[in-house]
Order: sequence, then C-alpha cells, then structure tokens
Amino acid sequence: MLDQIEGSRAVARTVAACRPQVIPAYPISPQTHIVEALAEMVAAGELAPARYVTAESEFGALSLAIGASAAGSRTYTATASQGLLFMAEALYNAAGLGLPIVMTVANRAIGAPINIWNDHSDAMSQRDSGWIQLYARDNQHAADLHVLAFRLAEQLSIPVMVCMDGFVLTHAVERVDVPEPSQVDAYLPAYAPRQVLDPAHPYSIGAMVGPEAFTEVKYLAHQHMAAAESALPVLAGELGTILGRDVPGLLAPYRMFGAETVVVVQGSAWGTLADTVDTVRASGSPVGALGLVAYRPFPLQAFRQALAHARRVVVVERAFSLGGGGIVSAELRAALPPGVDLHTAICGLGGRPVTTATLRTLIEQAEAGRLAALSFPDLNTGVIDRELARLREGGHHGPSAENVLRHLHHLTLEGSR
Amino acid sequence: MTTVERTRFYQVGSWAAGNRLLDPAQASVQADPGRANAITSGHRACQGCGEALAARWVLDTALRVTGGNLVVVNATGCLEVFSTPYPESSWQVAWLHSLFGNAPAVAGGVAAALSAQGRDDVRVVAQAGDGGTVDIGMGCLSGMFERGDDVLFVCYDNGGYMNTGIQRSAATPAYARTATTPIAGTATGNRSGQGKDMARIAMAHRIPYVATATVADLRDLETKVRTAMGLRGARYLHVLVPCPLGWGTPSCDTLRIARLATQCGLFPVFEAVDGVVTAVTPIRHRADVREYLKAQGRYRHLFEPRPRTDLIEAIEAQARRTIDEFGLLAADQTEEARTP
Repeated sequence: MLDQIEGSRAVARTVAACRPQVIPAYPISPQTHIVEALAEMVAAGELAPARYVTAESEFGALSLAIGASAAGSRTYTATASQGLLFMAEALYNAAGLGLPIVMTVANRAIGAPINIWNDHSDAMSQRDSGWIQLYARDNQHAADLHVLAFRLAEQLSIPVMVCMDGFVLTHAVERVDVPEPSQVDAYLPAYAPRQVLDPAHPYSIGAMVGPEAFTEVKYLAHQHMAAAESALPVLAGELGTILGRDVPGLLAPYRMFGAETVVVVQGSAWGTLADTVDTVRASGSPVGALGLVAYRPFPLQAFRQALAHARRVVVVERAFSLGGGGIVSAELRAALPPGVDLHTAICGLGGRPVTTATLRTLIEQAEAGRLAALSFPDLNTGVIDRELARLREGGHHGPSAENVLRHLHHLTLEGSR
Repeated sequence: MTTVERTRFYQVGSWAAGNRLLDPAQASVQADPGRANAITSGHRACQGCGEALAARWVLDTALRVTGGNLVVVNATGCLEVFSTPYPESSWQVAWLHSLFGNAPAVAGGVAAALSAQGRDDVRVVAQAGDGGTVDIGMGCLSGMFERGDDVLFVCYDNGGYMNTGIQRSAATPAYARTATTPIAGTATGNRSGQGKDMARIAMAHRIPYVATATVADLRDLETKVRTAMGLRGARYLHVLVPCPLGWGTPSCDTLRIARLATQCGLFPVFEAVDGVVTAVTPIRHRADVREYLKAQGRYRHLFEPRPRTDLIEAIEAQARRTIDEFGLLAADQTEEARTP
C-alpha cells in the first residue's frame, strides 16, 4: 500500500508482513523506531504468536536471536553502530552456525569520537563475519530488501544484514509502497529450518571442530556465499515481478549505457548520485552510476560486466580502512580491466552529507585526469593544518578531537569577522 | 520448599542410588537402568571431574522430569570442551553451544521460540562453569533472570578457569593459588573476600527458585533439579564441583572434598523461593576448615613453608559468618561451634 511513511516504520511493517516468530532487541547503542513499531504490533497481538524479547544488550539481543533461530523460529532483530560492534562475537557465531537471522543495520559511525550520525563504518567492520550484507538505496528498496533477505537467508541458511543509512533513510518520511502480506506470502514460504533443536531428533549444534575439519567447514560457508551471489539476482527478479517494481539485488545501475566515467556508491547517496549523473549527462559527458547493493557476497562478476567499457571508476566510500584506504575500491580493482583508472573518494563520514556539488566535482576532476587515487573531497583542510602544526610543537598536546573542535570554532569566528 | 520423606532403609540406611527397597517414586533416576543418558561415557573429562558427574545427574533428572522433552544450551568451558569434539560428542540430548558469555541469552531465545511455537512441553536447561556464569556471562544471566525467561540455569562452580590452565575467576575462593593469582614474594594467592555470591545475586532478582548443591549429595542435587523443573520462569542452580586438576586433590577425593566444603561451613547448601531462603541443609558432622584447606594443593602455601595463621583464620571467619548467616548448625550444635 502506498504510504507517506518514515523509513523505520516502513521496514517494521514489511518485517511484520514476513511474520517473524521471535524479535529480540536492545533499545539503544543506537536503535531505530523499527523495534518500537514491532513492539507495538506484538503488544497489540497483530503478530501473534510472535514473541518480542527485551534484551539487556546487543550481545544479548543477538544471542537471544541465535537461540530462537536454532530452535526453529523465524527471527529478526535490528541494531546500528556501536551496538553492531557489541554484537561482533555473536555475529560470527550466528553465521558460523548457519542460522538464517535477518537483521536491519541502520548504518552509523563508530567512535571514538562518539558520533551518532550516518556512515558505513559499522557494517563494513563486520565484512568477514559471514553475514550477507545488502545496502538499500532508498526506503522503498530498504523495505523490499527485507522480504528478499528472509527468503535468501532461509534458502541458504545464512544470516542477512539489511543495511540502510541511519537518519538519512531510517528517519526520513517519504513515499513507500509497503509490501502487502499477500505479496510476501506469495514469495516467502513458511520457515523450514535446515537444523533445529528437537528433542525427538537430538543432535549437537556448535561442537568443537579442530584443525582436521575447520578449513572445510569455512570453505563450505564460502561456497554458500557464492551460491548467494548466484541466487540474489534471481530472487530479486522474482520479488520484483510480484511487487511490480525493480528490486536491485547485486548492483543498482543508473544510466550506465555508454558510460566512460562510472561512480560507485553504497546506500542512500545513490539518489544524489543519480541526480548528479542526470545533470552531467545533460552537459554531454558519458557518466553512469552504480549502486553497490550486495557487499557480501561481493558481486565481482556483475561488476566485471557492468564496468567492461568504463574508462575510469570513482568509488565514493562512507567508511575507510585507516592506514589502508578505500575498502570497496580495494576489492573492486579485481573487476577492472587493465588501463581503467580507479579513484577512491572518502567522504560523507559521521553524518556529513554527500552533496551533488561534491559528486560533480569528483566527476569533473576524474574526467580531466586531475583526481588523485585517494582523496577526501569534503575535508576541512584548515583545521587539519592547525592541528598538525600544534602536534609539531610537541609536548603535552591534549585530545585531538577536542582540539579539532576548538580550531573549527576559531576558524568560524575568524570567518565571521 | 521440597520435603523429602525421611525414610529409614533396611539395607543401608541411606539414600544410595542403588537401594532397591526404596519406593520407586523416591528412587534416584540414576538407579534406573533405563534412564536417559544425557552425557555418555567416553568424554574427555579428567578422572574425578566433579562437573561431569554433576552434569549427568542434572540432565538425566531433567530428562526424566520432562519425559525427554529437553533442550540444553551450553556455554563454552570445560564441560563443552571435554564433551563435544566429534565423533565423540557425549550428548544424547538436543544440545547447542554458542559462545562463552551468552548461554543465558541463547537459552532465553530457545525458550521464546518454543513458546511462540506453542511447544511449552519442551523445557530448556542452560549450563556453564563459574567463569561463564559469574564473570563473562553475568550480564546475560542477569538479563535472563530479570526477564523471567523460562530457563533453568545451572552453574557448575569449580572456582576458576580450569581447562585453560587454572586461572582465577570471580568465583575463586580467597587465598587460593591459580595461574593468575600465583604465590610469589608477598603474594598469597587470590585476594581476600568471597567473590561474587551468585546464588544470592540470583535471589536478589526475586526469581522463583534458587538453590545450591554439591556433588557430595547427589540425591539432594537431583531433588533440586526436580523442584526447579516443576516450576516455570527463570531458575538458578549453583553446584559446587571440585576439580582435581585445579584444586590439587586426588581424583578419588572429589566427593570427600565437596562434603568437607559443606561441613566446614564454607559452602552453604540451601534453597530460596522468590528471593527468600526456605530451606538449608544443616551441617551434620562439623569439619575443620583447616582439614578442608590442607586437603588441597591450591592452599598449600597457607601451611608451608610456615603456617599463615592469619590467612587461615580469615577463611575460618568466613566459614563462621556463612554458618551464622544461613543457620547451618542445629541449635544444640551452635554453642559448641562457637567455642573453638
């Protein structure tokens, strides 16, 4: 049903249509309105016989989910930011045990410095946890991806994270066609677990595995991820047919025909990028956009096809590996034919918006051959220079984050004079 | 809480598991050759392991009470490590191991799922060592208590991290030597104090049932599991399980050491309902704290090379305090006990 609705509420209603049986959640660190909306629905009996379980921490929340999923129930939870990191040990465990839990991650920055706003540092840090990671380009996509996530998770017995930009999507009210329960029912079969704690057929789950078999167990998990890469476009296409709209599953291309310069983004910057591409295309430049939907499994083949005729690629990343550089770009390089220029632009960290101006400048610089391999296009170099100068003075220096805030304040004052 | 009929037995006058003259309703689960065998032989526990023994009694009883409709969640620890490497898994129950610190939450999740599925006939027992309970698992355990998840949580307390080389936990008793509280220079083993008193912390959550037990009185342990499984909601059972390796005791002495712990007053055996103590097992044959300490290698530094009377007396004071707090001595014994 078409609705003008907050992203979190749209996701909550979509999740409800998927009929989860157990929803454990911790309310902070930080959380979204998703779990509040689901708590309301469970309390009102709309999701009966589902259980909503209030956890004492995110580690507890995901651990509750592990137990519920192993006991054979469709299980959902949500978290973000520090909460995702607090779950880290249980994330690896859920994936290692092959439990098809679906979790929304409202992407936000990781401290210190403490920061509650959007970037992708949280989910990207869990790259190797064994969870499938899908990134939504807008709230419609976020809602649809949850339906896809349950189907994919249960078909392959792998947990799935649906990542949607914190605030930018979770708190944005926009038009969403929330999937109807009848549409979900047509797409998502009843949960038939591959393994279950059943007293009638008792076995051990989670036994110790030594060097004699650990590699094989991990390799099988890798194979399941490869299967997910093949399954995603098929399942996404099937869902798209039922919902009557495009549901990108691996990549979300925009005006890629004949594109010589391709900009790659994850998450909600896709919309801004699409607008920018329209503008730049209108001026005659062959530019295209690629939204990265599936980060795990990494869609290498799909990238190879999409970028076969590109001459330069700019990857805009809202997270980065300190001391390394771009995270997505490092993997994307393997998909590029020789001679294609690859640029990494780190921006939009800690809630700083990725603007059309930034994207347009990046495209123009790339086309002119003036864009560095690694750049920070929205960096305030004034405060950086001041802080570096202070550091060179040596001695007791004080906390850098607070120093930067002070420099910023001084620069603002100087600017206003 | 639980009243056990005080029957005299013609043959042995005891609660021995094999007493065939016992009313079948009072017979031990272990006396039944047809009993479920939750944890089979062939596991890798040390000889004389208190934990393996307690786990068998706890789970066989729970299986009996539930008619086999049982799911077991196990924290990482000795019990998990010595019982699971395939193909030697010893578990004959639906069994799940997730992590070290999350067994209470995992068990709560299993209970929530069973409830959502309408499978209220299937019950959940979670088990962990003292590290998985009072240290790394305590946040999740407190959450499980506070929510009232329908789980019996059993802590097998051997007073330290034993399978990793005997490191100190918050349940390690005062002045015990461990790998991380060594005897060196002026250091005298674990710090004073009595660690986290998890049973009373559990009681503070006002959960329906809390009990302590030891492997010295397995019938008592069995009775408490029966009682606990007869109730719903979050329940807690704290079982003292001597560890020959970590405590420095002969394998054949496990039950004797556990009995000494109760009879010298250091480990109170009691039951509490809704946060109030309802029954204590009185000391029958008062034992000397020194006898308990001397029997264990982890306390050798209290006696050699010269006696540390100050430290021994501090432990004795702790035993006296526990005896007073729980009323472990019958009225006619109390005066005698207070006179050294």
